Amino acid sequence: MGAQLRVYKRRIKSVTATKKITKAMEMIAASRIVKAQRQVAASTPYASELTRAVTAVATGSTTRHALTTEAENPVRAAVLLVTSDRGLAGGYSSNAIKAAEVLTERLRAEGKDVVTYIVGRKGVAYYGFRERPVAESWTGFTDSPTYADAKRIAGPLIEAVQLDTAEGGVDELHIVFTEFASMMTQTPVDNRLLPLSLEKAPVEQEAAETATPGRLMPLFDFEPSAEGVLDALLPRYVESRIYNALLQAAASEHAARRRAMKSATDNAEELIKSLSRLANAARQAEITQEISEIVGGASALADATAGSDN
Amino acid sequence: MAAELHVELVAADRSVWSGEATLVIARTTSGDIGVMPGHQPLLGVLESGPVTIRTADGNVVAAVHGGFISFADDKLSLLAEVAELADEIDIQRAERALERAKSAADAAAERRADVRLRAVAGH
Repeated sequence: MGAQLRVYKRRIKSVTATKKITKAMEMIAASRIVKAQRQVAASTPYASELTRAVTAVATGSTTRHALTTEAENPVRAAVLLVTSDRGLAGGYSSNAIKAAEVLTERLRAEGKDVVTYIVGRKGVAYYGFRERPVAESWTGFTDSPTYADAKRIAGPLIEAVQLDTAEGGVDELHIVFTEFASMMTQTPVDNRLLPLSLEKAPVEQEAAETATPGRLMPLFDFEPSAEGVLDALLPRYVESRIYNALLQAAASEHAARRRAMKSATDNAEELIKSLSRLANAARQAEITQEISEIVGGASALADATAGSDN
Repeated sequence: MAAELHVELVAADRSVWSGEATLVIARTTSGDIGVMPGHQPLLGVLESGPVTIRTADGNVVAAVHGGFISFADDKLSLLAEVAELADEIDIQRAERALERAKSAADAAAERRADVRLRAVAGH
């Protein structure tokens, strides 16, 4: 076998091996999207009931709370960025990071200091490489987050919001994650979680639409007290929003990975095809050369014998 | 047929139980509370404890760890970070967890395991 042909054969073999891997990753990601979507759906009842309860307290009492009060002069904002732990997901993490950069710029332009919190190894690596300060980061669960993970993230964030600004607390909390719109579309979005602006929450609008217009929310009896309920309710609300964001981000991550792996598989197929064509041409060229060598050799031999006869 | 209220028991990651009931007993931070149809709108903070839902076909007991009870318009929602029906609880596992919590002097875990066991016992 000629050297050229051997090189092509070797490359085809290696591309085929890569294709097997990307194909497997594509199928794994496809099955995980479904699971992640189911998780999003399963967490919806809790989130919507919780939103209803928060609305009830917010409309049913005049209680002020640290988590709902707008700071008059906000000077510091926290940004929670949700990225993935693993790569090979196309532009998934870098799009989320870009969205966070845009938001950070905007907040800076408004005269606010930005404190960054990160979920996912990719985001941590990006900030670490650029030596930017990160207040806190969490890794290791982005492909299937649990409620406990959301709780772990929410804890320090809520603490930071409740802390006085002068003592290093923050006035606002923004979250940047990739929203799962459909199998084909996932868009990075930024939401302000705190202070709670009830109109902004999408679930809220839904609830407002379903409520009969003109009818007031019933007057609630609070157990133990409106403040007590709000104190317990709001952190749960934040946790549930973060949980929902993590789940959607996970679904988006799998969808992005599936798409990236699908195009990698397609590219590998394309590459194998063109390499096989080249290999075939090389083989043909080799055969042609061999034939002409044999013919040349034979005729030279024939010439030589004819010469010796004379 | 007595009046009924609609109950939704949801945990953070799933819907645990939903259906019609005549009486729901839950433990709030200021004591046990029973809710029947026609109760005044209510929003309360739940303690870790068993929740009893009385239906036409008997009682449903669930162990609930932290959460809220909210009632309005004959609709009652029990929101819990973690909720398990008594049927779902693995007694041996809960007992093991109780032992472990006792030896590790983890009060919260001990109470959680205790609530689970009591929910099974009350079933």
